[in-house]
Amino acid sequence: MATISETSETSETLTASATPPPFNDIEASSVWLNDFRRFMAERPETATEPSFVYSLRHEALESFAEIGFPSTRQEQWRATNVAPLARIRYRLPGHAPSSVTAAEVSPHTWEAAATLVFVDGRFAPGLSQRGELPAGVFAGSLAEALATRPEDVKPWLGSQASYAQHAFVALNSAFFTDGAFLWLPRGAVIERPIHLLFLASGASGAGDADEKPLACFPRNLIVAGESSQVRVVETYASLTENAVYFTCPVTEVDAGPNSIVDHYKVQRESHSAFHMATFALRQERSSALSSHSISLGGGLVRNDVNALLDGEGSDTILNGLYMIGGRQFVDHHMRVEHAKPHCTSHELFKGVLDGHARSVFNGLIHVRHGAQKTDAKQSNRNLLLSKDAVANSNPQLEIFADDVKCTHGSTVGQLDDDAIFYLRSRGIGAEAARSLLTYAFASDIVERIKVEPVRKDLEEFLFAALPKGEVVRQAV
Amino acid sequence: MMLEIKNLHASVEGKEILRGIDLAVDASEVHAIMGPNGSGKSTLARVLAGQEAYEVTEGQILLNGKDLLDMDPEERAREGAFMAFQYPVEIPGVSNTYFLKAALNAVRKHRGQKEMDALEFLSLVRQKMKLVQMDESLLGRPVNEGFSGGEKKRNEIFHMAVLEPTLAVLDETDSGLDIDALRIVADGVNALRSKDRAFVVITHYQRLLNYIVPDKVHVLVDGRIVRSGGKELALELEAKGYTWIEQEVRGAAVSSAAPATVGA
Repeated sequence: MATISETSETSETLTASATPPPFNDIEASSVWLNDFRRFMAERPETATEPSFVYSLRHEALESFAEIGFPSTRQEQWRATNVAPLARIRYRLPGHAPSSVTAAEVSPHTWEAAATLVFVDGRFAPGLSQRGELPAGVFAGSLAEALATRPEDVKPWLGSQASYAQHAFVALNSAFFTDGAFLWLPRGAVIERPIHLLFLASGASGAGDADEKPLACFPRNLIVAGESSQVRVVETYASLTENAVYFTCPVTEVDAGPNSIVDHYKVQRESHSAFHMATFALRQERSSALSSHSISLGGGLVRNDVNALLDGEGSDTILNGLYMIGGRQFVDHHMRVEHAKPHCTSHELFKGVLDGHARSVFNGLIHVRHGAQKTDAKQSNRNLLLSKDAVANSNPQLEIFADDVKCTHGSTVGQLDDDAIFYLRSRGIGAEAARSLLTYAFASDIVERIKVEPVRKDLEEFLFAALPKGEVVRQAV
Repeated sequence: MMLEIKNLHASVEGKEILRGIDLAVDASEVHAIMGPNGSGKSTLARVLAGQEAYEVTEGQILLNGKDLLDMDPEERAREGAFMAFQYPVEIPGVSNTYFLKAALNAVRKHRGQKEMDALEFLSLVRQKMKLVQMDESLLGRPVNEGFSGGEKKRNEIFHMAVLEPTLAVLDETDSGLDIDALRIVADGVNALRSKDRAFVVITHYQRLLNYIVPDKVHVLVDGRIVRSGGKELALELEAKGYTWIEQEVRGAAVSSAAPATVGA
């Protein structure tokens, strides 16, 4: 169903020539430079942070100063106009502990092996739960890890997410205040999921007369040692409807040999929020990684996913669901790099767009010379519920090996009229029939979510978001 | 009268397909509508079900005295009309059972009956499945997805058995069925025959009518019912084909039109 027009275009590669940044970018950059000076001067951590972090921050900021915010003249940002985000002046996370209460947090939590809560960019130990974890496992705040075990962080921080050509990774690397650090020694298996919950309180800056929106730069690092196993859920949510703020997370994963990493990212930011995320992962021999990106909130959202299959026999699953309406914009930029032979990568992204929503899916599969027997599959399917919604889909293959299996496909379609009529002819109302078919389209991804509370939450979201959701609830 | 069709004219894409149909079906009756390809049989079924592509330009359809043409497809279903599709639609991701439960409860709610809970529904479903010898594995599957042709048709009869309509229209339910499947479908229909229910069986071939014995047979040619009779009419059509009747009808039309042409 929902596949009327099959569009399978291969993009032309436009050379990203060194276009001069637009004038306002220079201004924006200088604001960030000033902010950085103040940030470094005011944070008590600056004095104690390891030197590699100090260098990372400075180098990243220099890189940002050089490249500025991306313009739509750049190939990778052609469809994503970040000007609305770039023109705003933000405040950075303060030092005061958050005033958020456990009661406000509890609707967002569920039974997990550990729940690490971050409010407005700061770790909230009082709201977090650290249960019993296997010996040698670290699951806690990155800032804490940098203070207590910097040698475990050093080899990995910044190893996957490169700030060199990416303004948002650069800003994150310069300004991150905290995030989660998960470290699994060889053979450690954590059965229950670990929940990383990032909440935006939506509160204006205490004592900040001009009430600038908050910019947060969560930095997460997941290091899964050989033959370890972990399941991680990242949730981004807002405690205030329609709050304006900017979340710019970077999550890096290193999946060691034979490790199993299941990752979920649930993005339910306020509809007025900016969310520019990077997820960068590297897999070693025979590792298996799956990641599901669920994008429901946010006004202007970008997810860069960079996967490096760097060991023979590694297996990657990258799935996603975006369900947006109004004037929401969601962009997924995928880069899957097959560096070694006998690796598998399967991607399935589905989008449901209503109102004036717009989506971009840009999926590049790059197979390096020598990465024989690569099996790469990519699919992006979009369902448009309104005539004003637009889905852009742009799959790309770059193959430099000769014995590979690579497929890609993308579709943009509407609900199938025959299916609607069939359901109606059995007594289901027109609105419920449309909702039922929409749910069925999305359920393909929903059913793949192995963490039950996440799956249930998503189902509830769909029942609430779809007209006549109560009929859908009993019909699925 | 359960179903009354009066002078029904219907077009698709500006082309008139039904050109004045009159039909009256009483409760407990089974009426067969036969006719050559392109005579308008399936159009009649789709107009009854309320498919939007078909425009009714004239006439009336009453179901138990209520104007069917005034109703959306779902209202017709809730008022007791059911159409078994010639080509049942595959709907990935929508469970055959759960969807049917939602449909049944929509119908029950409309009738002022209590909605069924999961347990009641399941026992109803088990009982109705036996009627069409349907494999239980088809219950958990998405609607019609990956079903064989015979399974799809059986699934239609199964839906009908669960929804218990007052008027059931079977649109070429026999097409593509082997003799075993045909018997199963016919047995299912026969089991559902009752004094409170009427059937309109649309078919090209007489074969189905050996198993579902009609009270009346109507022959549709060029969008009109040109002949009505008992079940023996079906046998006559089977023996002689449709050509003779088409020639008779068109010949009559030509000769009656001829003087007018001359006169002009």
